[in-house]
Parts: sequence; C-alpha cells; structure tokens
Amino acid sequence: MSKELIRLSDCFMKFDDDVILDHINLYINDKEFLTLLGPSGCGKTTTLRIIGGFLSPTSGDVLFDGVRINDVPPHKRKVNTVFQKYALFPHLNVFENVAFGLRIPRTQTVEQEGKTVSRKVKLPKQEIHDRVMEMLEIVNLKGFEKRSISALSGGQQQRVAIARALVNRPKVLLLDEPLGALDMRLRKDMQQELKRIQQEMGITFIYVTHDQEEALAMSDTVVVMDGGRIQQIGTPEDIYNEPKNAFVADFIGESNIIDGIMRADGVVEIFNRKFQCLDKGFAKDEPVDVVIRPEDVDIVDESQGQLRGTVTAVTFKGVHYDTIVDFYGFKWLIQTTDFCPVDSHIGIKIDPDGIHVLKKSQYSGMFGDYSSYSEEYEEISDADYEPEEESGHEE
Amino acid sequence: MKNNRSFLAIPYVVWMALFVVAPIIMVVIYSFTTADFSFTTDNFTRMGTFAVIFTRSFKLAIIATLICLLVGYPLAYAMAREGKEFQRVAMLLIMLPMWVNFLLRTYATMSILENNGILNQLFSAIGLFDFLNNTMGTDIQYFRMIGTQGAVVLGMVYNYLPFMILPIYSVIIKLDQSLLEAARDLGANSLGVFRKVIFPLSLPGILSGVTMVFVPSVSTFAISRLLGGGIQMMLGDLIEQQFLGGAYNPHLGSAIALVMMIIVVVCMWVMNHFGEGEEQAVML
Repeated sequence: MSKELIRLSDCFMKFDDDVILDHINLYINDKEFLTLLGPSGCGKTTTLRIIGGFLSPTSGDVLFDGVRINDVPPHKRKVNTVFQKYALFPHLNVFENVAFGLRIPRTQTVEQEGKTVSRKVKLPKQEIHDRVMEMLEIVNLKGFEKRSISALSGGQQQRVAIARALVNRPKVLLLDEPLGALDMRLRKDMQQELKRIQQEMGITFIYVTHDQEEALAMSDTVVVMDGGRIQQIGTPEDIYNEPKNAFVADFIGESNIIDGIMRADGVVEIFNRKFQCLDKGFAKDEPVDVVIRPEDVDIVDESQGQLRGTVTAVTFKGVHYDTIVDFYGFKWLIQTTDFCPVDSHIGIKIDPDGIHVLKKSQYSGMFGDYSSYSEEYEEISDADYEPEEESGHEE
Repeated sequence: MKNNRSFLAIPYVVWMALFVVAPIIMVVIYSFTTADFSFTTDNFTRMGTFAVIFTRSFKLAIIATLICLLVGYPLAYAMAREGKEFQRVAMLLIMLPMWVNFLLRTYATMSILENNGILNQLFSAIGLFDFLNNTMGTDIQYFRMIGTQGAVVLGMVYNYLPFMILPIYSVIIKLDQSLLEAARDLGANSLGVFRKVIFPLSLPGILSGVTMVFVPSVSTFAISRLLGGGIQMMLGDLIEQQFLGGAYNPHLGSAIALVMMIIVVVCMWVMNHFGEGEEQAVML
C-alpha cells in the first residue's frame, strides 16, 4: 500500500492507576481501511480518541504526516470522527448537521504583497450547498435535507453522521463502533456501504469494533487488541489463518485450542498421538498451543480416525452442523455438513495445513475448550451488546 | 390508553377551578363593571393615567431579568461543567437565601441599603465620604439607595436569581458531552462550540428562567414598596392600593390586573414562539 500517514510511537496511557494502553506502536497508511478489533476495555476506543485529539497519551508520540500532533486540539486536526451514538445536533436539521463543519471559518494563509497573511475565510453559500448535497447523495439521503434528526431511523442517522464527517474532506475518518446500534441486516448493508464510500473517496478509515466478522469483512488491515496491547497486526487472511496466540485464535472465528508438544519440525503431539503439521522452528519437545479451526476437521469412520470421540451436541446452522465432540474429556467444535447424532462415536482426520502450532503465551489454557459452548455462543450473538464504556475518559 | 387515568387529575382540576379559573372570571367581571355592577369600560379608558407605572414596572422587570440572565448563565454554565464539589457548594449558596422568609430577606436588604444602614456606615467608617467631600468639595453624609430604581432591581435580582440559574443549570448538565466533542471534531473552537451547540441547546432553560424571573418581577409589590421607598411604585403596589389601600376600587384594580396579565401572556407567547421558530429543541 501507499505511504505512511499516522504513527503511534510507544504510546502509553494511564488513568489513575489503570494502564489503558501499554506502549502501543502502530502505523497507518494513507487510503487504508484499518480496524482496531478487541473486546470491551482493550484500549481500542482510547487509541481512536488519541488519534482524534480528545485524549493525549501519558507518554509517547502521535505523528501525522511525520509531524508530532500530541498537543494539536481536535478542531485543528485533519481528522473527523463518526461517534458511537452519532452525536448529531438535535437543534439542526439534516442539511445543517452536514453543513456544520463547512460553516466554520477556516484560517487560510495567503501571500499578499510579499507577506504571508493568515485570515479567516468563510466558504461561499453556494459551495456549502453543493458540497452538502453531493455528500447526501453519496450516503443515499437525497431529499432528506429538511428533515429533523429525530424523524430519522437509526440507519439514516448513521448516514448523516458519516456525511457530516466526510463533507469536510478529512484525510482520515475515525469510526467508533458506528454500526453497534443497528440491527443485523442494516449492519451488513452499512458494512458494504462504508467500504464503497471509503474506496470512492479514497481516504483512510480507522474503524473500531468488537465484532470480528465486521472487521474481517471490511478491513485492509486488522489490529487485534487486548489488555491495552496489540496482539497481532495483519490482513484479515493472516489474522484468521495464522493467529499469533491463543487470544487471537479464539477471538477471531472459532478455534479448538489444545495443549501439544512439538516433537520435531513438522510433527506435533496431541493427546499422545503424533500429527503432521507445517510448522517448524520450535525446540524439540517444546510445549505449544495447537489451534484447529472447526471447519478443518474431517469426520470419518471411527476405525479410520486419528482421534476417536463421542458427539455430545449438534446444532443445525443452515449450511453446516455445529457438532461438539468429546475427545478424552476435552470438547471440540467441529463444523461439518455430515449429520452425526448425539452419542455416536466418530473418528476425525486433520490435514497438516489444518493444524496451527503457536508458542505458549499468557493466554494459553484460557480458551479453546467448548465445554461451555452454548453459553459462549449466546454471548457472541447477543444483540443487546453494551458498547464499550471506559470510565474516566473525560478530560 | 385514552381517558383511563384521567380521573387522577380530578383533585387538581377541582383546585384549578376553585382557585384559578373562578378568580380570573371574577377579575374579568369586576373589571368591566362599576361599583353597583353595571357594565362599563371606564376602568380601561382610565388606564392611560397609569402609563408611567406600567412603563416603570416593565422596564425594571426587564432590567432585572437581563441582569439575572447575565449573572446566572455563566454561573449555571460553570456549575454544570465543574466538578461535583463545586456544584454542591454553589448549589448550597444559591439555595441558602431561599430558606429565609421572603419578607425577612427584603427587610434585611433594606437595612443594608438604608441611609444609616450597614453599607453607608461601612463607607463612612473607611472614610469614603470624608475623602469625597475633601477632594470634590461636596457635602455627602450618605448615599441614598433606598427609593432608587437600582435598589428595586437589586431586590428583584437578589430574590429571583435562583429561578434563572436552576433551569439553565439543569439543561446544560444534561447536554450530551459527545455533541461538544463532535462540534470540536468538526472544527469549532471553544467559542464556536458554545455559540453553535451549547447556547442553542440551552435555550429551553433560558426561556423558562426568563419566565420565572420576569413574571414575578413585573407583578412584585413588596420589593418595590420596601426598597423603592414608596416612590418607585409598580403595578403590584398600584393593584394592592385598589384592594387594600386608601384608593379602594376593586373594579379598577381588576382592570389593571387584567391588562397586566394580558401583556405578560403576550410577551411570553411571543418569546416562546420566537424560540420555536429558531430552534427546534425549544419546548417549555
């Protein structure tokens, strides 16, 4: 991709005694769609607010186009934000909300008789009108300009918020869980819409979400965060296929994470059985985490399986069955199109490229067992998710 | 939904009918009749005589309201934006005078402003009058404050300021912080954020504050009589005279009260209407 636009250099952030950001290093390229992904309280919103100028890091630098902007207030940054709950002005109609930024006089420096003079310049009325109308067309809200904000649906308010931010032609648009309040279908539509707008306008989007599906679907780059640290940075494919630790493997998609021992390059031992894998470079007999995606497991006849287990639960998911299988007391999730009834005994086969070996980390042993799968699933699909609220962030 | 809870309003409706609607009807009847209850419009044609008092009442009430707004708004704003500690202390200071009886408060103000009151004694003690008399060649023993319009306005501001601060405060404290952040994000500096977001959104508070200060100010009689020294007569005093004073004429008093009420209602209507046209958020 193109050149670097924003860099967070060793950013550290503390509120009272809580470490919110633990020495973050991150750069963001021009015209990139970058997503900060993580659970509540992981520091993603704080990172976004630091870029927006609403917070200043306790230590570390924020660079924009190579210039340090730690102390530049929000209204002087070439960055605009779409807020979590839209924050539309209730006393203004749709047109005036979008025009808000354009009506503010800008300081312009002009050459005048050899001297540089800075003065406040107001945009001409006609230009404001044209730009607002153009923007409303881009977000599909043509004809809504006279409407009051309270007369709009959630999805429409969302579009106004996007138009209001984009009309100022920022270099970077920050989006803080912008789709969190919308229902599933509208969310899917808006994902497409946002991606289209981003490509059409050719600007950088920095997107904060806790929804891994959203992150994978939209982003060029995904930054997975937890506990104030960046866990992994990469393309959606990298993050999904080559998770760096058990946290990322668990947070992105579904994973069975099993304790294993690396017996040699390309050979990993799980449940006292050796499996072929593609991973190399570990010490001999090094304990490791083994990640196996539910869709990479083939169910075969019990006698032919590399491992043998008992089916304990089956859920029909449309395309496939979510099948929970008990292997020696450890429950796996397997996604298969073959129906296996509860209590049937099955065998499984895993191809070498379906096995991902990870170094042990602080997250080892915390995830990957599906004993409590149904509870976990409910949590994931919970529509009434509560947006991240990090207390004490007001200056 | 409809009507099934409306019986809950009966006690209030009865109250309103007995003590608000009926008296107003009586006022209307009185104002259009003579002492023997025959119809007349004389009470209204004589109104011109009191033009001075009408103008004074509205002038002083408007000045007091403006001062309350200028003093109250910044304080309400500061209270809403400052920490809890400041809020508690400020709120206590605002409410404290309200726990003292209204008449007592006004008498106290009077004793402060009197010719030989506390304030003049203080000036005298620090040698202010000697200094003035020596340098300017005047012969001042005290500042006359009671009996001036300034004293009346001071009394109004003192008594009604809390009614301006509280509604404005309660509107500003409820403002969504993200709106202010959004305005800053879109390029507004602090002044811009105030002018384009905070102020317009606090208009409902301003309108109810103005109403709650202006209406009692324009009809006050105790403040103007005590602090106005009997020479700054206002509508309230005039009306009182017609009912209780020597100029006993309840019919004329009713007519004056009616005219005052109509002017106030028109003022409030115009103001609210203007507000709604400008800003959608304004609803009282």
